Amino acid sequence: MTNSPYLPVIVLLLAAVAFAVGPLALAWVWAWKFSPRKPGPSKNAIYECGLESKGDAWVQFHPGYYLYAIIFLVFDVEAVFLLPFAVAFTGLTLGAGIAMLVFLLLLVEGLVWAWQKNVLIWS
Amino acid sequence: MDENLKSELRKQGIVATTLQELYNWGRKNSLWPLNFGLACCAIEMIAASMARYDMARFGAEVFRPSPRQADLMIVAGTVTKKMAPQVVRLYNQMAEPKYVISMGACAISGGPFKQGYNVLKGIDRYIPVDVYIPGCPPRPEALIDALMTLQKMIDRQPLTGPDRPRHLQADAPSEFIVPEFGAHDLDPSQNPEVWQAPLVNISLAGTDDAGND
Repeated sequence: MTNSPYLPVIVLLLAAVAFAVGPLALAWVWAWKFSPRKPGPSKNAIYECGLESKGDAWVQFHPGYYLYAIIFLVFDVEAVFLLPFAVAFTGLTLGAGIAMLVFLLLLVEGLVWAWQKNVLIWS
Repeated sequence: MDENLKSELRKQGIVATTLQELYNWGRKNSLWPLNFGLACCAIEMIAASMARYDMARFGAEVFRPSPRQADLMIVAGTVTKKMAPQVVRLYNQMAEPKYVISMGACAISGGPFKQGYNVLKGIDRYIPVDVYIPGCPPRPEALIDALMTLQKMIDRQPLTGPDRPRHLQADAPSEFIVPEFGAHDLDPSQNPEVWQAPLVNISLAGTDDAGND
């Protein structure tokens, strides 16, 4: 056991943990022994910008926001696919070009659908 | 322990200290100011924390944007009556031990805007101030001087007895009255536990209301 090659690692690990936990424990013991706790309504408040918070944090967002976000995400992903396509454009076959066009058309179809559903008009 | 004996021991390479000295040494060299500026003095405060003046030399470079992590409030600039409640609330939200430097003429007394209807005539009407720096605005050297003054003050504080710092006294308040922005003035217009109006004319003592505005 004394010749275990992992013994120094364990000793160093313990020293590292003690180095981190020791001062924290010391500070905690000091605070518990000498510093009286002084909580208060301002100190326990959630918001910390000097203003009092009003109302509930659990508010509802307009569903229009989610539709907007989803449409944005779709075209964001489209850009990710379009960029390598554009870079490798000259070396691609006709089949690859048609496949990309179908992909684009599908997305455009989605946009037309959203447009017809008046999702793009913020209300 | 005798000071002469201590310096004699230090010459021999032995450092003798007390728990109080160690505690105060740690406390005075880790003043974290609240990252919070109100007016033009804040520009000088920023300059003091940057490379040319370098407040980091005194352990005060870690400007915290949250009052929960800060323990030094530098009231840098004109405190308007609209802003005063927020300043006091931020002070209340700071963890103990906490200190206040009142920076510049405005934070001390209202400064050039003292006659203004909307200016608080000194932040010491609501929160206890440890160090005042005069000037309009004070130069960064003045702020560094205030920091050093505060460090000396912390260094002198005994940890026991009636003169011990506020955060070690169980009955000393940690939160102060947050004034409300009323129709005509802040309500209350001052915290009598922290600040009493100075008597301007002693013959009017008792009936005088000077300084109450």
